[in-house]
Amino acid sequence: MRSTCLFLIVLFLVITACSKGKRFSRVDELSGGTNGTIYDQSSAAFSQIMPAADNQQELLFAVGNSFFNQNWVSSPASTTARDGLGPLFNAKSCSACHFKDGRGMPYLGAGDNSNGFLIRLSVPGQDEFGENLPEPTYGGQFNDLALPMATDEGNINVTFEYITGTYDDGTPYELRKPIYTLDDLQYGPMDPNVEMSPRIGQQMIGLGLLEAIDESTLLRFADENDADGDGISGRPNYVWDVTIGATSIGRFGWKANMPNLLQQTAGAFVGDLGIKSYLFSSENHTSNQSTLDALPDGGVEEIEVDDLGKVVLYVSSLAVPARRNAKDKSVKKGHNIFYDLGCVKCHIPTIETGSSHELTYLNNQTIHPYTDLLLHDMGAELSDGRPDFLATGNEWRTQPLWGLGLIETVNGHTFLLHDGRARNIEEAILWHGGEAEQSKNDFKALSAEERADLILFLNSL
Amino acid sequence: MKKLFLGIFVVTALGAVSCKKKKVNNLKEEFRVTYADIVHASYEDSYNKAVEMQTTINSFVDAPTDAGFTACKNAWLAAREPYGQTEAYRFANGPIDDANGPEGALNAWPLDEGYIDYVDGMAMSGIVNDGTTTIDAATLAGLNEAGGEKNISIGYHAIEFLLWGQDDANTALLTPGQRPYTDYLTTGGTASNQDRRGDYLKVVAQILVDDLNSLVQEWKEGGSYRTSFLAEDIDVSIANILTGMGVLSKSELAGERVFVALDNQDQEDEHSCFADNTHRDIILNFVGIQNIYNGAYTRVDGTVVSGTSLADVIEKQDKKLKEQLDAAFSAANAAVNAIPVPFDNALTLETAGGSGAINTAVTELQALGDLIAEMGSELGLTINTALPE
Repeated sequence: MRSTCLFLIVLFLVITACSKGKRFSRVDELSGGTNGTIYDQSSAAFSQIMPAADNQQELLFAVGNSFFNQNWVSSPASTTARDGLGPLFNAKSCSACHFKDGRGMPYLGAGDNSNGFLIRLSVPGQDEFGENLPEPTYGGQFNDLALPMATDEGNINVTFEYITGTYDDGTPYELRKPIYTLDDLQYGPMDPNVEMSPRIGQQMIGLGLLEAIDESTLLRFADENDADGDGISGRPNYVWDVTIGATSIGRFGWKANMPNLLQQTAGAFVGDLGIKSYLFSSENHTSNQSTLDALPDGGVEEIEVDDLGKVVLYVSSLAVPARRNAKDKSVKKGHNIFYDLGCVKCHIPTIETGSSHELTYLNNQTIHPYTDLLLHDMGAELSDGRPDFLATGNEWRTQPLWGLGLIETVNGHTFLLHDGRARNIEEAILWHGGEAEQSKNDFKALSAEERADLILFLNSL
Repeated sequence: MKKLFLGIFVVTALGAVSCKKKKVNNLKEEFRVTYADIVHASYEDSYNKAVEMQTTINSFVDAPTDAGFTACKNAWLAAREPYGQTEAYRFANGPIDDANGPEGALNAWPLDEGYIDYVDGMAMSGIVNDGTTTIDAATLAGLNEAGGEKNISIGYHAIEFLLWGQDDANTALLTPGQRPYTDYLTTGGTASNQDRRGDYLKVVAQILVDDLNSLVQEWKEGGSYRTSFLAEDIDVSIANILTGMGVLSKSELAGERVFVALDNQDQEDEHSCFADNTHRDIILNFVGIQNIYNGAYTRVDGTVVSGTSLADVIEKQDKKLKEQLDAAFSAANAAVNAIPVPFDNALTLETAGGSGAINTAVTELQALGDLIAEMGSELGLTINTALPE
């Protein structure tokens, strides 16, 4: 009997000696769970399919990817699968704003292409679904591009205001606040009460996993009236869910104004590209832009139901890169600082996904997204002054922090926050206000080394 | 007695295991050298063929004739033959697609042709017809992928479009694009901006030659990447090699290049849509994978570069798996060669998920990819064949 044990032990040693190549073992490095984590650290790090998808899903993912990357063209065109662009649009493809499935760039000055940047428009008030009232002429979004036979809506301008401050140790810092204006308006003046919200495109990783979190889990994070008195009062947004014709909890978008990835995807297709689908079957221009109605059209559904489904499968199945350098000493110190400063009250490190998502590999995963998907008052300085369903101008959804350190590798920049105003992680922290004011002040009180450790930790995510 | 017997058994088994392991490790080391030799030879062939194409293109642009135009197209087709096989070295952490690798500059596709030149219904479309854009290497390289992953300005497929032009939507004609050579005639020519078009063609050919040369330099004897590659942990090399083969077979080729076009029923999704050369792309990609497995590459001049193969390694490790792999290679070989030509018409003759030739190729290439991953497991490695796109 003992010999059998010995044999088994030896056998085990032989086997383990042979199994090299597994570079990460600690569970907390598996940001996207066992089913949704990949180990790529290259510029393709945001573009990989979750390893648990099967062969058939992988083929559909490839098709979805082609629709995501491909430039749409005006109709009529020989390529009927992808015509119907515009007439007004912000981009010709999803990948123009989510380049390599990553993060868009802010608009930095005249002559710039808006590669991943747009401005939402509305006037005060809400419709019967709780949705913002579109600007009467220009609609819900400013489209700075148009087909050759159409006229775009005008130009975006930006100027910058510089704000200086100092850390408690005397080190100075500078923040850059963009101020956007619209001019050369081609369809007449805008409503004087127009509300504008500048937004950049977000990286696409792990979105399916966020969708697979049970609503009850999110509600457990909520503390609307700050019952525990910690100054943090996260609350869910409730938004109109087109598919079920009722209100649902919001999860996606800068103000959690989208209930699911299908609606988010179909909304982006029509709002950003002018591509209609069964979910949103009207073009993105208004009745005050009726000259555009006469242009050729790609049909009622410019992207067909099953193709839209493949794009949604694609968007739902992009894996999360594993953490890097998690065992580094400074990173570990930064990790402790992240907890000490209370960042984890909103940037929740560990969440279990539910068990009812139709893509079964998204279910029952222990993930590390560093978000609660809830709305928080971030202070007047970050406010866009534009409500969105229940969200006020000051409120923003906690951003997931997974993949943060790879944005520079994938997209060649480190612009953060809703309009990309923060030029790096440090500035993003310094822009925190409102509920995060205390944490921000505690950050400013850290030593230079502690601040650097915290940044190292955030870059390891 | 029983104990003693077991003890002897364990020691003997252990001895046998470690002896086999040593042999396998030696084979792995030898195979890695073969791999480096094959990679270098095929990039060198790709470079030489690209230089020939460039020479042909320069003569044509300087004095456009119909015969010269045909010569350019033939030179492009010939240049694709060695290059198509090198794609098996992608996704392997090598210089082709590392952080600064030239892959996106060499072979990006499918491209939005209206980004480069005129298309049906848009006579003044593209960089060629935008007089405000300077046509030089730095500018054209800078415009590659600007504002979208399909805004492709340079590489093989940009040259392909400049030579063939848009393919007719009616694939039943069985013809490739019909761009007339007169698009390059600066007096009495067709279309606009003939001089800019000619300059554009010359510049992209030069960029292509330079990028291929950089790969030859990395992989030659004493080259920077080759040196570090041969010095790194052997299991890291083997895992990278297998990942490249697996990803190409299962994801890039079966998925992106074949299934997507079939599922969309759209020639815009085929790899070489202007020249109708996609059938060769598919076969050459497969041959590239097979070259690594067989440890042999047939150069464009007919000579063979060969050595210890991956098949030799796996045969020592697991004879049964080797037999399965042999069968899978043979089935995939038959399947990719059975796809009717031209591919753009073939894909209209069957639907995704059916049992036609294209679907069969997808299934066989996926199965081959799975077996390549299994080969990795058998060698104690974890291989992910999902596509980093």
